[in-house]
Amino acid sequence: MLKVCPKKNISEITSEAGKGFFESGLEYNPPARGVWNIVHTGMLIPEAHQIFVCARGCLRGVILTAAEMHAADRLSWVSVEEENMYDGTLESDVVDGVSEIIDGLEKRPRAVLVFLSCIHLFAGCDFEAALDELRGRYPDIDFTDCYMTPTMRTTVSPDVKMRIQLYSLLEKREVNKRAVGILGNDIPLEEESELVRIIKDNGFELKTIHNCKNYDQYKALSECFLNITFLPAAKLSGEILSKRLETEHLYLPSCFDFDELDSNYKTLCEKLDVDFSGVEKERKAAKQALKKAFSVVGDTPIAIDFAAFARVFGLARLLLEHGFNVKYIVAASAEQEDHEDFCYIKEKYPDIEIYSPVNVNMLYMPQTEKGNVLAVGQKAAYYFATDNFVNIVSEGGLYGYHGIVRFCEMLTDAFLNKKDRKRIIQHKGFGCDSCIDEV
Amino acid sequence: MKNVSKRISCYSADTAGICSALYELGGLTVVHDASGCNSTYSTHDEPRWFDMPSRIFISALTEADAVMGNDEKLISDTVKAAKDLKPEFIALCGSPMPMMTGVDFDAIAQEVERRTNLPTFGFSTNGMATYLEGASEAFYTLSLYFSEKREQRADTVNILGATPLDFGLNGSVEAIKAFLTENNFRVGACLSMGASLNDFRMLSEARVNLVISQSGVKTAKYLYDEYEIPYVCAVPVGKFFSKQVLKALEDPSEQVFKNGSGSEVCIIGEGIYSKSLASELLYKGIDANIISPLETDKGVLSQNDAQVYSEEDIRAYLKEKKPKTVIADPLYSFVIPKGTKHYPLAHFAFSGRCYTSKILNFIDREIDIQI
Repeated sequence: MLKVCPKKNISEITSEAGKGFFESGLEYNPPARGVWNIVHTGMLIPEAHQIFVCARGCLRGVILTAAEMHAADRLSWVSVEEENMYDGTLESDVVDGVSEIIDGLEKRPRAVLVFLSCIHLFAGCDFEAALDELRGRYPDIDFTDCYMTPTMRTTVSPDVKMRIQLYSLLEKREVNKRAVGILGNDIPLEEESELVRIIKDNGFELKTIHNCKNYDQYKALSECFLNITFLPAAKLSGEILSKRLETEHLYLPSCFDFDELDSNYKTLCEKLDVDFSGVEKERKAAKQALKKAFSVVGDTPIAIDFAAFARVFGLARLLLEHGFNVKYIVAASAEQEDHEDFCYIKEKYPDIEIYSPVNVNMLYMPQTEKGNVLAVGQKAAYYFATDNFVNIVSEGGLYGYHGIVRFCEMLTDAFLNKKDRKRIIQHKGFGCDSCIDEV
Repeated sequence: MKNVSKRISCYSADTAGICSALYELGGLTVVHDASGCNSTYSTHDEPRWFDMPSRIFISALTEADAVMGNDEKLISDTVKAAKDLKPEFIALCGSPMPMMTGVDFDAIAQEVERRTNLPTFGFSTNGMATYLEGASEAFYTLSLYFSEKREQRADTVNILGATPLDFGLNGSVEAIKAFLTENNFRVGACLSMGASLNDFRMLSEARVNLVISQSGVKTAKYLYDEYEIPYVCAVPVGKFFSKQVLKALEDPSEQVFKNGSGSEVCIIGEGIYSKSLASELLYKGIDANIISPLETDKGVLSQNDAQVYSEEDIRAYLKEKKPKTVIADPLYSFVIPKGTKHYPLAHFAFSGRCYTSKILNFIDREIDIQI
């Protein structure tokens, strides 16, 4: 067995923001399944039905995503054969297939998300014409265009695009100056987070897609006078929606720098036109939580992966500055927002090892001897073969000082208690139902 | 439309069939597709992924590389990986986008072979055919290349067509091996679970081949043509049918399957497995037939069996035939008429990880299905 792990000391990396640390090549796929895909995200629209039109090989992943989360009744499909690509029926197959499905459903959906794939876009399928035809046939149903186009990921990634299309069915309404939305996050923010509390404690109604119990409530999201995004992958969604609905948008990025957090809260308060009473108590609680966690975790080597938090280097910096022994980071690049923290770590902690998340040689990483490691994120847990890990993806609903306190509790718990790594990390869609837990 | 489904799943695709067939053989398999597309295979088509590392990778094809025909990236990335990982062979397979751009996998395979000196095979899969077709091509192609003329051994039987897509990881394939050994056969090659590349080299040692899924049929026909090894298509399920399989292995000219009209039980699934199970039920006095929604050799199906593929046609068939019980994967429940009993028998190639406890091992054991 070869043990050529694709790692670099951070000091060896001369990357610009957003540029890959490692040479591109063939890619390995580790069995950590917590990150949501477009099916999980689409399921957030109540009373909506998803219809995928693509090849069998692409269908398989989306059908079984829905089946595993007990939502097979909310997804249908039309399989594409080779001849369909050349016989001039590209658009009519979409229209006829989707129509047949709608006509046969036991319950009429309020909305239909139609997903096309890479080959449709490559073949120049007139998606809008197909949707117009469907809108004419079914005036009681809202249709939107969605995309399973991973080949096109270097322009707008399917993940970013899905977060845009998730709100594409919202229409301009009279805005409610007391309603605020938080958009684009798969996992709802914890109620105790300062972001939620500032909105609610000042008498504003917080609207999120997670709280919508029916399609009417979803449509009412467009009443928000202000929409907030905090994930990089959701920023464009917030910008596009606000422009389209002529509402306001604030991007208050999830981060680990205390001054940046304070600035985010001040910006929000100004926009809400409420007093900013400060978050000294919360800041102090976060510092105490870090101190307390360090007293338990000590110098245990820590590995963090990029799927756990958008600002993986920001988290690493916070932990390093509070004494923790962050030794390994699994990440392919440092994105623009995270680049300053990357540069800081590179200068101050040049021995930190950076591992590629997908390089072929990572295949054998779990079999290499690394001693006891405390992992943050599912991919780190898999690659460093540790049952002591924080089970988290895509921020896991954490934000701000409260998020740091909660993270410290989770880190301490992960240090003290082992988890069933194989079962937990293979659960598809963090926080979603899963039938594989029942076997 | 025949290619529309409101609720039921679809079977694994050809690319997954190739990856599954080659998984344990020490090769390097590259799927030419976008980054992330390998998660479908590694999550839903491959139960060995967590515990048994295998060199199955994706080329991370981008729009620009597809449009510009940048085959060199696939070639050089494959060569580099081969240098690091030192596989015994290389397999390259396609997906929908390479089909659209007309990628010549045979030519790319030749170039990779020239640069690596490793046997390299190109498979023009497009993600639109079934896993059986992909696995079939993989078994056949490697048999063609690696099988050697060897002295036949009178006691040896090969097992052809074994992948977790059809048999899961519930011990069925091991049970087939044990069943053969207990009945005085020597198990030769097993294509390809619990196997190595050497299994392909010793294929010609067998006196007879036992084909346990459609994916082994093409190889069996090749081995018959090339080495005159006869074959029997059957899975030794149940206490009665397994004895018939033994007889057929002794005398492959003997008809192994029984045929029924399906008035009591209809089984939906892979042809050879389903027909074997139906035969066991018929030996027990239960009238059974099968619906095969997958390609199935003509010699397997009788005129009372049905080869229908779409959700709509399966539903219509069951509505017309009105069997008392349908034995099928749990994800078929939506098409089973009200009042008809559904006995859940999961099939990994259909429902993936959803119902692994219902992928049952019926090999050489009493089958007690209440109809």
